Amino acid sequence: MADEELNAAPGVRQPTDDDAFKRELVQLIPHLRAFARTLCGDPASADDLAQDAMMKAWDARASFQMGTNMKAWTFMILRNQFYSEKRRSWRQSQLDQEAAERTLVAVDDPEAPVALDELRQGLAMLPPEQREALILVGAGGFAYEEAAEICGCAVGTVKSRVSRARRALHVILDEGAYDRDGADAGDAMRSILADAERLSTAR
Amino acid sequence: MDEARLRQQAIGVRLRQMFDEVVNEQVPEEFLEILRRADSRSSENG
Repeated sequence: MADEELNAAPGVRQPTDDDAFKRELVQLIPHLRAFARTLCGDPASADDLAQDAMMKAWDARASFQMGTNMKAWTFMILRNQFYSEKRRSWRQSQLDQEAAERTLVAVDDPEAPVALDELRQGLAMLPPEQREALILVGAGGFAYEEAAEICGCAVGTVKSRVSRARRALHVILDEGAYDRDGADAGDAMRSILADAERLSTAR
Repeated sequence: MDEARLRQQAIGVRLRQMFDEVVNEQVPEEFLEILRRADSRSSENG
């Protein structure tokens, strides 16, 4: 901006601070969209969520310490936003169950890379807290400590969620829980989930 | 055990691909537009 110097006044929040904040925030938009997509599933509501989170972050910019981890901060905002909206309307477990069953009977694009598709369906079957931990650490590139901060839980909890999620996914993918014929997908999923849970608790 | 490790690695690679696929999408103009509007609002107030 050309008029930065004109507006400069000591002791007041500078427009240059806003500019730096905005630049960093803009760079995070792709990551916020990706994280939102993993939470929401459908791209349109994911983008709504990402936009809401972006604006909440902008409005709260005065409380952000430049130089600290803005990515973790914005992810925390996005996650809080997601769960506060969900709490109003659904019980989360019910939503996930339904989403997973819809995914299971959905007709796949035969052109799409199969493994990626299977992974999406497998992820949809995981309990939400395991899925989110795995995504933050395994895909978002966060350290366990950062993921714990984002999720508001202990580091050890994140570690155990990630390893349970990994084991469960492994089982789901190996047993081929996704059902291509559209047969009794709900039953298939329930039995696979029970297996995965049994294996992951048995260690 | 090694096989399980390899399988986990493969899953991990796919997971990152899935995430990066969205990260690499072009950001819809709407996002930048919303931010621009908010920014001009706040500089009017400041």
